[in-house]
Amino acid sequence: MTRNGPLACAFHLAFIVFMLAPLAIVCIVAFTPEGYLSLPTRGPSLRWFKAILGYPEFLRAFRDSLWLAALSSTIAIGLAVPAALAIARYRFPGREAMTALFMSPLMVPHVVLGIAFLRFFTQIGLSGSFTGLVLSHVIVILPFALRLVLAASYGIDRRIEHAATSLGAGTATVFRRITLPLILPGVVSGWLLAAINSFDEVTMTVFIASPATTTLPVRMFLYIQDNIDPLIAAVSACLIALTALMLLALDRLFGLDRLFVGTGKG
Amino acid sequence: MSPAASERAAPYWLTGPALLVFLGLVLIPLGMTVLLSFYDWGQYKGIVPEFTLKNWREVATDSYFLEIFLRTFRIAILVTLLSIMIGVPEAYILNRMSPGWRSMCLLAVIGPLLVSVVARTLGWALLLGPNGLVNQGLIAIGLIGTPLEFMFTETGVVVALTHVLIPFMILAVWASLQRLDPQIENAASSLGAGFVTIWRRVILPQIVPGILSGSIIVFALAASAFASPAIIGGRRLKVAATLAYDEFLNTLNWPLGAAVAVLLLVALVAIIVGSNRLIERRYAQVFE
Repeated sequence: MTRNGPLACAFHLAFIVFMLAPLAIVCIVAFTPEGYLSLPTRGPSLRWFKAILGYPEFLRAFRDSLWLAALSSTIAIGLAVPAALAIARYRFPGREAMTALFMSPLMVPHVVLGIAFLRFFTQIGLSGSFTGLVLSHVIVILPFALRLVLAASYGIDRRIEHAATSLGAGTATVFRRITLPLILPGVVSGWLLAAINSFDEVTMTVFIASPATTTLPVRMFLYIQDNIDPLIAAVSACLIALTALMLLALDRLFGLDRLFVGTGKG
Repeated sequence: MSPAASERAAPYWLTGPALLVFLGLVLIPLGMTVLLSFYDWGQYKGIVPEFTLKNWREVATDSYFLEIFLRTFRIAILVTLLSIMIGVPEAYILNRMSPGWRSMCLLAVIGPLLVSVVARTLGWALLLGPNGLVNQGLIAIGLIGTPLEFMFTETGVVVALTHVLIPFMILAVWASLQRLDPQIENAASSLGAGFVTIWRRVILPQIVPGILSGSIIVFALAASAFASPAIIGGRRLKVAATLAYDEFLNTLNWPLGAAVAVLLLVALVAIIVGSNRLIERRYAQVFE
């Protein structure tokens, strides 16, 4: 640390402990050899990790969550790219209102969205279906995709596209060969952020998931509501390990500060 | 079509698909929820599509609902204040670190943001339980004799929610710190200003917009939080979101649950829009 005094360093250390303690305790408790919640004082055991295999509903929910995240973020990015290009380049009536509408899922509490989707899907016969989950996830993650693609779209020099057009390239070719490669960093990071948000979403999903099609966080939440035991700690520890691995990969690929803070520069 | 007309139509073609999806899947469901809150409901007859103000009257007059909404906003305000008190200094410290240290510490700050909120709250449930590490530690160093009650209390919910939401505050404040010219700080220091004066007169005025926008995010998310209050607060300590959940999936009184949800939405939107207005008017020059 460079210019921080000892007091600042102590504060920082305490903060890091505060941030990591709950994650660390979950991972430690997951290794307990006992049948109840405890620290593994008799040495670590993989007993509870093996026990996960005896609960296929967790594995199924994990698989469904992955599919859901991949599918919904792909649809969201497919909607977000043309919308972002239109918002970034044109001044048209309704532009502001449309942007506000597309960003609104960030402001509307997810409980409210969950209730609204539950009511809507029950009425149109999609309740408890995977299609319903995908549609609702597209809505809540679109703002993340749109924001990052939008930031990338503002930075494009349109003269490059004009040059391509004047050299005889059609609209599709210009998009495929010029525009898309230029906004690709925004598209990829937008897709990733959308997929992560879909994978973690629990508040809205808990309303519309059914026992047959559910996501991992919802399954975990319902399990915790009944009882907290080392098994759920082991499931959470796996999730934390997975997230940590992905985080390291993301940091290498994009730089976390760019993904989360300096989106304008991206 | 003439080139000018096609140029004029282009943005609508491009935004069309997203617009259709949002009209169909946001506005219609939300509208239906508002309608639902005016429907009648009975234990045996279920939802009856007849216009009634019954649910709204119940939400407005029953002290049970008032208590839950007051608790929700009390928790949200406490979480916001704690996030400011901890997040602002932490963002400042992060900003002064060397890039190598910083990117490592950012992992610790942003990382938890990507871990499912259920797993994070489970961690707090393990730490804060009567036999949890926090109580054991406090007893070991002799601060307390008997375990403190954290589970099923507002204190526990506030602690867990602060942990969940503080990254948003740090990111918002850090974004405004990055726009700060470090030379101004040095100039103030060379002119004889002490640390406190520099903070009060130089740094704080420039990062207030960041703190305020961070506060709005944290407040809105805290007031509508669901998983953390449900796990730490349990069934006894309800907030608005868990109340709506119970009405929907346990009592099955959907119209009443819809009224609670619509009220939460309206209250939040009013608070967010109101404070945005206030900030924009007060700090108009900063945003330009």
